Amino acid sequence: MVGRAHTPRPAPDAPTSPAKSGLPVARVTLWGLAVVVPLAFLVVFFAWPVLTLVGKGFVADGHLDLGGFGEAFSTPRTWRIVGLTLGQAVLGTAASVLLGVPGAYVLFRCRWPGRGLVRALVTVPFVLPTVVVGVAFRSLLVEGGPLGFLHLDGTFTAIVLALVFFNYTVVVRTVGGLWARLDPRAEQAARALGASSWRAFRTVTLPALAPAIASAASIVFLFCATAFGVVLVLGGLQYGTIETEIWIQTTQFLDLRTASVLSVVQLVVVAAVLLVASRTRARRERALSLGSDRASDRRLRLWGRGPDGTRSALGGDLVPFVVTAVVVVVLLATPLVNLLVRSLHVDGAWSLANYRALGSTGDRGALSVTVWDATWNSVRIALVATAIALVVGGLVALVVSRRPRRRVGRRAVATLDSLFMLPLGVSAVTVGFGFLVTLDRPLGLPVDLRTAGLLVPIAQAVVAVPLVVRTVLPVLRAIDPRLREAASTLGAAPGRVLRTVDVPLAARSLGLAIGFAFAASLGEFGATSFLARPDAATLPVAIFDLIGRPGQGNYGMALAASCVLAALTAVVMLAAEQLRGERDGGEL
Amino acid sequence: MQHTTGRRARSTTLAAGTTAAVAALTLALAGCSSDDDAKAAPSSAGSSASATGPVTLVTHDSFSVDKKQLAAFEKKTGITVKIIKQGDAGQLTNQLVLTKDSPLGDAVFGIDNTFATRAVDAGVLADHTPADQPSQAAQYAVDGSDGKQQLTPVDYGDVCLNVDHAWFTKKGVAEPKTLDDLTRPAYKDLTVVENPATSSPGLAFLLATISAKGEDGYLDYWKALKANGLKVDQGWEDAYYTDFSGADGKGPRPIVLSYSSSPAFTLSKDKSSTTTGALLDTCFRQVEYAGVLDGAKNPAAAAKVVDWLQSTEVQSTIPDLMYMYPVNPAATIPTAWKKFAPLATKPLDVPAADITKNREAWIKAWTAAVVG
Repeated sequence: MVGRAHTPRPAPDAPTSPAKSGLPVARVTLWGLAVVVPLAFLVVFFAWPVLTLVGKGFVADGHLDLGGFGEAFSTPRTWRIVGLTLGQAVLGTAASVLLGVPGAYVLFRCRWPGRGLVRALVTVPFVLPTVVVGVAFRSLLVEGGPLGFLHLDGTFTAIVLALVFFNYTVVVRTVGGLWARLDPRAEQAARALGASSWRAFRTVTLPALAPAIASAASIVFLFCATAFGVVLVLGGLQYGTIETEIWIQTTQFLDLRTASVLSVVQLVVVAAVLLVASRTRARRERALSLGSDRASDRRLRLWGRGPDGTRSALGGDLVPFVVTAVVVVVLLATPLVNLLVRSLHVDGAWSLANYRALGSTGDRGALSVTVWDATWNSVRIALVATAIALVVGGLVALVVSRRPRRRVGRRAVATLDSLFMLPLGVSAVTVGFGFLVTLDRPLGLPVDLRTAGLLVPIAQAVVAVPLVVRTVLPVLRAIDPRLREAASTLGAAPGRVLRTVDVPLAARSLGLAIGFAFAASLGEFGATSFLARPDAATLPVAIFDLIGRPGQGNYGMALAASCVLAALTAVVMLAAEQLRGERDGGEL
Repeated sequence: MQHTTGRRARSTTLAAGTTAAVAALTLALAGCSSDDDAKAAPSSAGSSASATGPVTLVTHDSFSVDKKQLAAFEKKTGITVKIIKQGDAGQLTNQLVLTKDSPLGDAVFGIDNTFATRAVDAGVLADHTPADQPSQAAQYAVDGSDGKQQLTPVDYGDVCLNVDHAWFTKKGVAEPKTLDDLTRPAYKDLTVVENPATSSPGLAFLLATISAKGEDGYLDYWKALKANGLKVDQGWEDAYYTDFSGADGKGPRPIVLSYSSSPAFTLSKDKSSTTTGALLDTCFRQVEYAGVLDGAKNPAAAAKVVDWLQSTEVQSTIPDLMYMYPVNPAATIPTAWKKFAPLATKPLDVPAADITKNREAWIKAWTAAVVG
């Protein structure tokens, strides 16, 4: 290697740039596969089902019929629904980002005892089934409840709060994942040159974080814009969104004509948002100096020092700390503690009876399996979904992290990136019903995938892929291309560059990605609830079955089972954090 | 996908070429998850005339059978039953209509009388009448256009308002009895019901009010309810467990829309009384059906499964497992039900064909009047 180092060689092109003569066939094939495999997955399990179902709505008696648009847009209700969708999604996203960025700092940049536990805790809301969140929130807010005096029950504010409750962790983790690895020296230099800590944050740190913030904001926006259960439970139909309307038109009326118009509207809104987000990211994304997170950690220091050496709230971590403490305690922990306390009460007295009952099938056999069996089913399915999401999402992130020299190439990469975000922004009902009309003989294969248990993890993976991409990508993109160039110059083959540069650095965000994908699957988001499910109850399904029936103890058991789901999530998140590749920490 | 660029389109063509490989890959990846996937799709050989082999029973989320009974049935008949669950009665029916040309399974359970004619009109079902169907069951059966039975009744129950006895005793207020009572000032802010657009008991109660007040009067009745502080929740669990004072959730409202059977599940500690009761003058009767799907791969065996659901052994488990009354009079009914969960003597009723014709219009009119 040393001998080759003096041979002057031009820096090699980025792999997706135009093939030069002598470019190894194997390399082109591999990159081709990295593009084709995820695309094929997206086409079969997302694009084709969605387009088929939406297409059905535009065909009447064998003719194209676009009259639905005119009808939909001439009703004021449609416009109100579009407005409410945008309103709650924008507010939910803004609040999540404003509260989440300080949270990312405190939970990922600062070192303090109990940090890991709180990090795990903030993820819990993300996986809780809506019906449980409904109980957790509404039993607090309902008249006569502990927070009934706020009169928030059934209000728009309650919906926005619940959206933040769900999505806070997305911002904290996505932004925190990058922040933890940001070299602190640039900010320190700015401080040493006399910038106030606010100014140093604003001019040095914030621009560096912008891609991660844009990433998080776009995911949260998509989650908020397609939020369905939480909107119905907390606000009812007066705050109906495009998503709830598609749900009603499709599942209750089977009015595909109206549903398809709404799906197109939803697609347009989502595509517009993705475009803006990808523009923002592209402008901001640049190579950053990344370190191991242990090296850039700093001890939490509440107070700064004023010019005269006195304690001052400025310059210390007091403001982000207080903001985060309030969010974590009031917004996240209160509903969860409410849930826990309720699960531990039977007939007004403290009791573990609800937890003991988890080994049974509920009052008079409300469940077909015990809650523990259901938990095992959930874990098994989530493992498969996570594996699929990691393979597909990892490949997408790898391809999208390249910066081709040609404009066309850059465009293609950006489009690919946005395409894989779409599953978060398209109605789960449309995807689920789309599966029904397409996967009876997928690609002509004699396998009815619709009723095969296999479709459940696949549908979950479709939703988990964008989470994996968004978690891994900011780190991959922040890798200085010169590092790769240096490796090539020193004679490393492309595969080796990938192995020694990209993979070790990306591996550090892998823990987060695994945790996210697993959590998304555990919580049964997306199309799964509209799939034909074989009779192998997962934990959220068991909770739904229990709380959907009268019977002494079923309600208590549902709450206890929710606490088990919460605890399981927290444990998985804690474990995933251990996979963060610390051993590679000293490399840079 | 409108913004698909030329470049992307090319990749998509490429993608199509390799989708088979991807499908294989994902199959391989996921293959370890559940052992029963392999036998998921019955081969086309299933269409033989003998009533054995695999049957896929498509049903709603609340379906439940005794596992031992099912195993015994499978052993006796040589039929293997695969159970597929999807959503509530409405979603189930609509999914069956959508997949009519390539049915999801062989038999269905869970279509109710509010969706019955929709399924029949769409041609989702095949003719089938169980050989020894009890006459009490036959009165509920739904026929196809040729006058032959397509939907076989399995169970029924009443959707009624429930009251919390303890709350009314404590406050010294007399309990309401009729629909009109609910609009009186004495019961202001006390009632919670489910939304007919999002919940099947909600739809049942809307139909009850249409039956009682007529198509001309039901919206005025709802407006009066709303003016009297009615709360509308999206689903049963939300109304019953969060807003209702008589259930484990201990909410604020003592009148809730639930089932006539619910009081059998709120017994006092010594099981001698129940703490809630149903208002039997406010009930809508719900009937749940089974049937053989048109285009089933194994119709003969599917018919046997439908017959089995009407058998005395299965029917006797229905109150405990599905919270409904069995249609077969030979089935046993739990003592608590006889005592605490009586059915309405004169339930409110709307003909199934009228429901199918007007469901959407009624729900839309209701939404405009009550939700705004």
